[in-house]
Amino acid sequence: MAAGRDDAAALVAAVAAANEERRPLYLRGGDSKAHLTGCGPSTPLSTRGHVGIVDHRPDELVVTARCGTALPELSAALAAESQMLPFDPPRFGGNGTFGGAVAAGFSGPARPWLGATRDAVLGAHIVNGLGQPLTFGGQVLKNVAGYDVSRLMVGAFGTLGLLLDVTVRVQPKPEAVATLATRCSAEAAANTCQRLLRQPLPTTATCRVDGVLRVRLAGSEASVRRACDELPLDVEGQGDAFFDAVRDHAHPFFAQTQTPPALEHAAGETLWRLSLPRGTLFDESDALVEWAGAQAWWHTSMEASRVQARARALGGFAAPFHAGRWPQRSPPVRAAMGRIKAAFDPNGILNPHVMDDAD
Amino acid sequence: MPAMGQPEVIRLLQEALPAGGVITEPAALTPFETDGLTALRQKPWLVALPESVEQVRAVLAICRRHAVPVVTRGAGTGLSGGARPLADAVLLTLTKMNRILEVDVASCTARVDPGVVNLKITEAVAPHGLYYAPDPSSQIACSIGGNIAENSGGVHCLKYGLTLHNVLGLTVQTIDGEELVLGGKALDAPGYDLLAAMIGSEGMLGVVTEAVVKLLPAPLAKRVLLAAFDDIRRAGDAVSAIIRGGIVPAGLEMMDALAIQAAEDFAHAGYPRDAAAILLCELDGAEAEAEADAARVQAILTEAGATETRLARSEAEQEAFWRGRKAAFPAAGRLAPDYYCMDGTIPRRELGAVLNDIAALSQRYGLPVANVFHAGDGNLHPLILFDSSQPGETERAEALGGDILKRCVAAGGTITGEHGVGVEKLDQMCVQFGTGELEQFHRLKAAFDPAGLMNPGKAIPTLARCSELGGMHVRGGALPHPELERF
Repeated sequence: MAAGRDDAAALVAAVAAANEERRPLYLRGGDSKAHLTGCGPSTPLSTRGHVGIVDHRPDELVVTARCGTALPELSAALAAESQMLPFDPPRFGGNGTFGGAVAAGFSGPARPWLGATRDAVLGAHIVNGLGQPLTFGGQVLKNVAGYDVSRLMVGAFGTLGLLLDVTVRVQPKPEAVATLATRCSAEAAANTCQRLLRQPLPTTATCRVDGVLRVRLAGSEASVRRACDELPLDVEGQGDAFFDAVRDHAHPFFAQTQTPPALEHAAGETLWRLSLPRGTLFDESDALVEWAGAQAWWHTSMEASRVQARARALGGFAAPFHAGRWPQRSPPVRAAMGRIKAAFDPNGILNPHVMDDAD
Repeated sequence: MPAMGQPEVIRLLQEALPAGGVITEPAALTPFETDGLTALRQKPWLVALPESVEQVRAVLAICRRHAVPVVTRGAGTGLSGGARPLADAVLLTLTKMNRILEVDVASCTARVDPGVVNLKITEAVAPHGLYYAPDPSSQIACSIGGNIAENSGGVHCLKYGLTLHNVLGLTVQTIDGEELVLGGKALDAPGYDLLAAMIGSEGMLGVVTEAVVKLLPAPLAKRVLLAAFDDIRRAGDAVSAIIRGGIVPAGLEMMDALAIQAAEDFAHAGYPRDAAAILLCELDGAEAEAEADAARVQAILTEAGATETRLARSEAEQEAFWRGRKAAFPAAGRLAPDYYCMDGTIPRRELGAVLNDIAALSQRYGLPVANVFHAGDGNLHPLILFDSSQPGETERAEALGGDILKRCVAAGGTITGEHGVGVEKLDQMCVQFGTGELEQFHRLKAAFDPAGLMNPGKAIPTLARCSELGGMHVRGGALPHPELERF
């Protein structure tokens, strides 16, 4: 269990030294999301020497792993115990580290049903920008002692702290998985998604792309079989290869933005990510809509302010999915983020290039 | 700090609030002098009862201008003294802001005022086949704003999560006059996860004036099992065996012999009186799924050495099984004049060992402890029975409670799973966290409340307090705060 390598002392020392010298760092894991964060002029600090599963107790439904652990490796170790990460993070290019996945906070296709990355995080050892090693949260599911700092780290892209190791909740792998499909209009798909949200069926993913709505069911044999019979969709297959491809942006829909920098791809289009209320109807031909309508990917050359206004009108927000862009935030939220950054990293050592604003 | 009768501030607050919105008469302040932690009483300087967001903002602006501290209060059911008043502070009470503003069936969300009672949300959305999942035992009275402040749980969090997992958006007013709209009906919010920072922050960072909550489809079917054990450690192991079996029950509760006796005397739930421990396990889902899971759990329980298992065959019987568990706290209240409820959480595998140690501590202190708890997520609620009219007994109960929490931390757990730190567990925070973490907490607070006016003295202890603590916990031979002088 204690396999791997503990490089924590070196990482703490490296951040402390950088802070001492006021030298900005670029925290670097598996480079699978480099096209989203860029690296700026900062000195790289690799987490790949800090690897391994620190603790995995199947009957506690928790795992603690070091930040540099490769996602495929972690998934394989969990699968050996018939368990999985409920947030099923994307592995762009088939790669990615556990620390990078938590720092980015992206969640896989099951997000509306099994929760987001932050929902699964229980605790973390971090190094703040002052080079102090700190411990927040723990290994238990319920813990309200102190502010929830370990979850604040999720989606902060390493700007508040380097994640040394993280403890997350895991869950049993489903006994059976089936994917259903039907060709239907965007409106019919939205209606189906709304119905799915209100029915206690074992739904764990939806996706509409190229005019086809797919629904993934996962659970006990009996419940999956019953749901297959109940839903007016055709059974396409067992397993979840389609949804894995969507998760990792390996589906052909994403092909036109595979090569960064995305800003310059041929059609002059940008890939936008829209985060929307569940059940939203988003009817655009060049969009992929998943999460029961709560996440849409859209290739468009429409100007940024119009895309953002459109997402706001639908009750969500939009952000271009490429380097150095935080989604647009209200001025008070932006100011609060700046103050929080200063509370964790007063000298702006940690991934300062990620703090660049889109707005 | 306001002088007791600072008439200028009172006049400004009276102008900002509707008639009756400011309470200053001592007799009228009495109901506000405590929250659910009734051992600690303190009359507030005054109570402010806003009816709108604008009025909350006006109260905060006045308080900031005159450097008056603010303690925010919902229904006052919290168990750790988080809403305990301060003699020099405004008690900002949000019970008049209690409207359900919107139910959006398409996105399965509801937008509510902070003072809405938890159960009212489920009542409002039930006609759509939906419900709001977190169900703290006080759900008929507690407010959603208080749930957010404490990150409240309930008996179903193992499967459905805490408040954190079921709130999508918040509107927060800071003492500096900012309005932070965090998240909303969408699943994600742009930028840092400020919802994570706010939920469970015990009124230290800002005032929640609106929440968007997630609604779930009501389960079609449920099954409730009761299992008796002649050994509490075996019951603890059975809990792990269920989880290991790949089943996530909707609820998984345990009671020990003293709690069983008390509950049986009080609620006549039909529990086996001779058991050393009982487990209650609720399974839900589609009809076939709940049935299949119940059969599997029953087999696991038998395998794990249960002396008896019963499957409730009717809704009335399910209700009876739960009745005893839900009555456990008031039932314990009849065993002794006072009880003190702890809230430590431990990894499930430590259940047996920690329960044995609690029994030993109980003997050493000469105070009985009844154990009722959320076994599925390792959240213990030891009820320490004592009599505050006996000299020294309150202090003994507190000391026993402190030792139980230290034991939880040593087992890899935490001092509070769902009740919060408030004023009650400030000292134990010094056991759980070191100087670096506490300093980080204080810096995070200052990012929202630089003047330190929001709920001062709660949730996060000062370093000075930790250094002055007698009987400080020593880990690995090192004092937790080595840089501080010792006296």
